[in-house]
Amino acid sequence: MSDKDKISNEKKRWEETTLKKVTDRYPEMKDEFTTGSWLPVKRLYTPEDVRDKDYLDDLGFPGQHPFTRGVQPTMYRGRYWTMRQYAGFGTAKETNERYKYLLDQGQTGLSIAFDLPTQIGLDSDHSLSIGEVGKVGVAIDSLQDMEILFEGIPLDKVSTSMTINAPAAVLLAFYIALAEKQGVAKEKLRGTIQNDILKEYVARGTYIFPPEPSLRLITDIFEYCGKEVPKFNTISISGYHIREAGSTAVQEVAFTIADGIEYVEAALDAGLNIDKFGRRLSFFFNAHNDLLEEIAKFRAARRIWAKVMKDRFGATNEKAMRLRFHTQTGGSTLTAQQPDNNIVRVAIQTLAAVLGGTQSLHTNSRDEALGLPTEKSVQIALRTQQIVAEESGVTNTVDPLAGSYYIENLTDTIEEKVFEYLNKIDDLGGMGQAIEKGYIQKEIQDSAYRYQREIEEQERIVVGMNKYQTEEEQPDDILQVDPRLRKEQMQRLDKLKSERDGQKVQTSLDQLQEAAASDENLMPYILEAARNYATLGEICDIMRAEFGEYQESIVL
Amino acid sequence: MAKQTRILIAKPGLDGHDRGAKYIARALKDNGYEVIYTGIRQTPENIVQTAIQEDVDFVGLSLLSGAHNELFPKIVELLREQDAEDIIVFGGGVIPEKDIPALKEKGIAEIFTSGTPIKEVIDFIENKSN
Repeated sequence: MSDKDKISNEKKRWEETTLKKVTDRYPEMKDEFTTGSWLPVKRLYTPEDVRDKDYLDDLGFPGQHPFTRGVQPTMYRGRYWTMRQYAGFGTAKETNERYKYLLDQGQTGLSIAFDLPTQIGLDSDHSLSIGEVGKVGVAIDSLQDMEILFEGIPLDKVSTSMTINAPAAVLLAFYIALAEKQGVAKEKLRGTIQNDILKEYVARGTYIFPPEPSLRLITDIFEYCGKEVPKFNTISISGYHIREAGSTAVQEVAFTIADGIEYVEAALDAGLNIDKFGRRLSFFFNAHNDLLEEIAKFRAARRIWAKVMKDRFGATNEKAMRLRFHTQTGGSTLTAQQPDNNIVRVAIQTLAAVLGGTQSLHTNSRDEALGLPTEKSVQIALRTQQIVAEESGVTNTVDPLAGSYYIENLTDTIEEKVFEYLNKIDDLGGMGQAIEKGYIQKEIQDSAYRYQREIEEQERIVVGMNKYQTEEEQPDDILQVDPRLRKEQMQRLDKLKSERDGQKVQTSLDQLQEAAASDENLMPYILEAARNYATLGEICDIMRAEFGEYQESIVL
Repeated sequence: MAKQTRILIAKPGLDGHDRGAKYIARALKDNGYEVIYTGIRQTPENIVQTAIQEDVDFVGLSLLSGAHNELFPKIVELLREQDAEDIIVFGGGVIPEKDIPALKEKGIAEIFTSGTPIKEVIDFIENKSN
């Protein structure tokens, strides 16, 4: 009899004897247990639940294909993940002060949150910007605002992540133009632009242009940065917002990888080399409360991407097969009720990200369901990461949960289910088509609806919200952005427009327009306009006129 | 037969967080109401025009970006200008408690913050309908 048969027989015996005695007298709380994303969970996992593994093929060693165990050979023994708090509010000046505070507190990278007008390519003086200027991030209208944002922060000393999508090329151009003014060589710039438009159509909503010209802008950035800004991550393919919109863990990975496939295909169509641009692709995932499911999710995502890049696209450079990712803890898991409880949720999610092998992490602040976080709340969030890094011991060995029967089983299950989705999306004609048909939106919404129904029915417990409620007063130290800010920003914009060389601005915008109508790479033209202090709105208006604007297809 | 209650769920401003709005729209529909959902990034003018065209009884506004103090009252104001002040406006999203009294003063009938059970929204609609 093989070892597996022996275990199987013994398990049956255990079920009929030891287990039965207990369950007869003390039944379990539920008939069926599932993960947070409704994957079935068994009572017990044993060697028989781990599919016939080829250790070298399925798990291997960290820093090698298929990267299940991590993208670097030493992981956190060499260096902790980058602790990177997403921040930005009000004017560039206020945000500059917050950045200096965060760097002072031991944060190791910057992450710019832009306000919604900036994310949608509108200047602060646009009528649609009313009420929105400086609210969910910092208002950036031109290179001048970028200069203020980084006053006293040399760009060769920080890595900067920018959550910017539709107008990513423009904000990147502001950043490069700023580096030129600071005398920092482009080759030294480190950071990431999100630049992931596909998920905006299904989850986040800050699109401007239709898919085709959007994909062109993305590949223009890949090409330009490949030559000029080689250390910059040119895209952060994001599942975060898909999850926030209500998807399951499996859907988060599946739709993110499917977006990645679409970008790779666009870049290949543009004639780029997969082993080159593939190395600059990065990812961004969510960390929710189901600790073990999340860990398995991250491991599965790495293995799937390695397979996709190698087997589907024929990449040969292992660096182009590595799924490097940023994580943010799950904003939608936070409650407005008993906000201090959120500190604990964030700590669990931090562990999930770290045990899952993240490269950088943003931890949410306890008060984010109420408004913008206060300095104190941001400090607790950062300290949470520092405690996990410095005190918990989980960083001492690489991928510590590997080999757990449950973790490996769950990693395999998630991988299988993700590939089922990928096949389905291929059948629909790719991610572009799947979005066009509303399939992705519908899948996400059905999960979101089910989740919320469960909370309403108390089938899913959220502590402090639908169980263990208390009467409480909302804390009164919620950060508020001064509503007069838009006026201030508009005055500065007027001043800029009267002081800059109008002729140069017009010439560079005209040249951009010509280039947009051709198939030339737009980055050099956008950069030239940025140098001349053309505004974000002016540059995007040129492209709006040429490319048109995307209209949401509403799926309910 | 009494006219079925019609509700417009709308997202003013530039905020793309539509999970809550879509949930409310679908849950109200499942509870027998006629629901119209605008999609994201609607101007106050668009919302008011749709509300009047669709002859709705309620407008539910969802906003998470912090622009509620500007945009919610604007919609009430425009409805008044169009002699449609009988349409009841309520709202939800990330709305700090201390903003709520001023919003109510400006004509927003109720604000439902994060974590509100759907039943509370239905009770509100039923109360106001009678």
